[in-house]
Amino acid sequence: MTRPAPALLKGAAALVAAALVLLNLGALGAVAWRAEGGAGWGAADWAALRFTLWQAFLSAVFSVALAIPVARALARRRFPGRGALIVLMGAPFILPVLVAVIGLLAVMGRNGLLNDLLALAGLPRLSIYGLQGVVLAHVFFNLPLAVRLLLQGWARVPGEHLRLSAALGFGARARFRHVEGPMLARVVPGALAVVFLICLTSFAVALTLGGGPRATTLELAIYQAFRFDFDLGRAAMLAAVQAGIGLAALLLLARLTLPEGRIAGLDRDAPPPPGGLSKVTDALAIGASALFLLVPLAMVLIRGLPWLSDLSAGVWWAALRSVATAALSTALLGVFAGVLTLMALTRRWPEALGMAALTASPLVIGTGLFLIVNPWVDPAHLALPVTALVNAAMALPFALRALLPAARRAEADFARLSASLGLSMAAHARLVLWPRLRRPAGFALGLGAALSMGDLGVIVLFAQTGGETLPMQMHRLMGAYRSGESAGAAVLLLALSLGAFVALERIVGGRHADT
Amino acid sequence: MLTLEGAEIAQGGFRLTAELSVPEGARVAVMGPSGAGKSTLLGAIAGFLPLTRGRILWQGQRIDTLAPAARPLSILFQDHNLFPHLSLFDNVALGLDPSLRLDPAQRQAVLTALDETGLSGLEDRKPAQLSGGQIGRAGLARVLLRARPLILLDEPFAALGPALKRQMLALVGRIAGETGATLLMITHDPEDARLLSDQILVVAEGQASPPAPTGALLEDPPPALAAYLGT
Repeated sequence: MTRPAPALLKGAAALVAAALVLLNLGALGAVAWRAEGGAGWGAADWAALRFTLWQAFLSAVFSVALAIPVARALARRRFPGRGALIVLMGAPFILPVLVAVIGLLAVMGRNGLLNDLLALAGLPRLSIYGLQGVVLAHVFFNLPLAVRLLLQGWARVPGEHLRLSAALGFGARARFRHVEGPMLARVVPGALAVVFLICLTSFAVALTLGGGPRATTLELAIYQAFRFDFDLGRAAMLAAVQAGIGLAALLLLARLTLPEGRIAGLDRDAPPPPGGLSKVTDALAIGASALFLLVPLAMVLIRGLPWLSDLSAGVWWAALRSVATAALSTALLGVFAGVLTLMALTRRWPEALGMAALTASPLVIGTGLFLIVNPWVDPAHLALPVTALVNAAMALPFALRALLPAARRAEADFARLSASLGLSMAAHARLVLWPRLRRPAGFALGLGAALSMGDLGVIVLFAQTGGETLPMQMHRLMGAYRSGESAGAAVLLLALSLGAFVALERIVGGRHADT
Repeated sequence: MLTLEGAEIAQGGFRLTAELSVPEGARVAVMGPSGAGKSTLLGAIAGFLPLTRGRILWQGQRIDTLAPAARPLSILFQDHNLFPHLSLFDNVALGLDPSLRLDPAQRQAVLTALDETGLSGLEDRKPAQLSGGQIGRAGLARVLLRARPLILLDEPFAALGPALKRQMLALVGRIAGETGATLLMITHDPEDARLLSDQILVVAEGQASPPAPTGALLEDPPPALAAYLGT
């Protein structure tokens, strides 16, 4: 049954919808308006398009292919620290990109751990810059995501099938053919598509590890056209192409079933796992993935912690601006997600609208907003609010993914009971929806705060010297080869991002389970 | 008296018609094959499904145009009768005030209802900490508290064992007796019907038939009911 939505909610939803549509289409339109035609689609632009697709493809393939043995090992082995490792697999999602980049540089950069070892062995040093570095950083972020997506697949294999394959004495080959293969065939396409989509709009990684004619993504090319050449025609054209491939990928993705955010059934009793060689390969998969994720983070801490007390005032001011931006962004996200979730209980469009931001390009939106406000206000004055707004829109799809299933379930289970008892919309929201939504809401807001805190995107278009956020300040320090202080700033940023996430998840989400 | 006048509910390819009345204070068992539309019938009376034709009246007043909560009835579903995040007290108290702002007299009324259904001392428990029987009693405590003249039971005790179910039915009988309520209860078990109901309403082949006396109907069931009962 459906209840008519109150007028107030309808009005608010219309406002949010208008804001989001304007943000996406209006910005694109503004860029196109100012493009003044002319500029042709040159060889460098082809290269950027090719590189964007190629690096996203490679990142998706490597992330998912490497995730398969790791997920399988985690699914069938029980060992101390397994739970912590699975939680850690969720962490890169809220990890600021630049923190990871600094960690990877500390391990695989010119003077990193790995190259020092190679040099000791008399081998040539490897370069992390270019395609390999971009893909490496993307795998660092998306391997854990792919592991979590695949783990859900394993967790959904019925326990009876596992017991049956043990009872029938299946070997590794038979188990793969009858149990794991069919499951992977269902889950892998979705995982590939998610990673591909995420990597399509890669900016900060390409900015720090890519660059040059051979390793420039479209997003980076938009930034360069805008910032260095102020060539609006080119920026507009690149933006249109970026928006086009994003839309195409989204349509592709809509046909695949996306895995859900929660992992159920992970702790059930599995039959004794196979022994022999698979024991060794499982241990290798788990050990290697843990090292791959932990060593760079450990390096950030090792290099950065001593610097914490010596950070310059500029870093602290940048941190303050980041916190303010994240706070505003989280508040906006709460309003957007709350209104759209309530509206989505009776309508389909809020969900589609929220998801559309998944492919929106922050740089396109940023460029458009810059052009819109430029005649009226100095864009530098609006750097923080605009960044907060764009960050909120970017986090919206993830927030809706967390909120909508819970809201729909609460509605399916309890809407009739509420109606039969005569709960008003307000009482229903307060007594029924909120208690059942506060946990996903805490998660969503925590995620939004962390993403905004660590974001390096729109801000680079707007902020001038003296108006940097912490990630932008870190980028400046890295550019000036002040790697020690940038590592110190990375530790600060990491603490702020994790702190914001944990605090919001605890405070909004409540301490105890709600069932 | 509850009256369904030329009532029709259509959903997709499914269609159910009803032309019947239930006298005030009657206890009616609703029986019929699975999927025949027993829940649909109760859902329409309770206001969760719109009529495509006809009217529903209570004591001559039209009720099918009212919101579910405004209808003179309480309903218990098969499942999800309690909110899992609210205490037992709050779950029952919702029957008095849907915004849970109770005055002392209302709080006392809730405690009395809990007492009468054998739930004293469990006020602060969450539903997950209650047994199946206690959950059933909690739903009934709220029905008792609301004291609406019509009670609809959509198999709320289906998951309970035979002894516990008999206890619940006895409690239902007591509550209906105390409040003088009219009772419509879906059941699959002729024993339930014998135990509690004086009439049976058969739903079969797209039609809800007028209630007929329980004993006679079970002795000499019409073909649809006979096929369902396997007699």
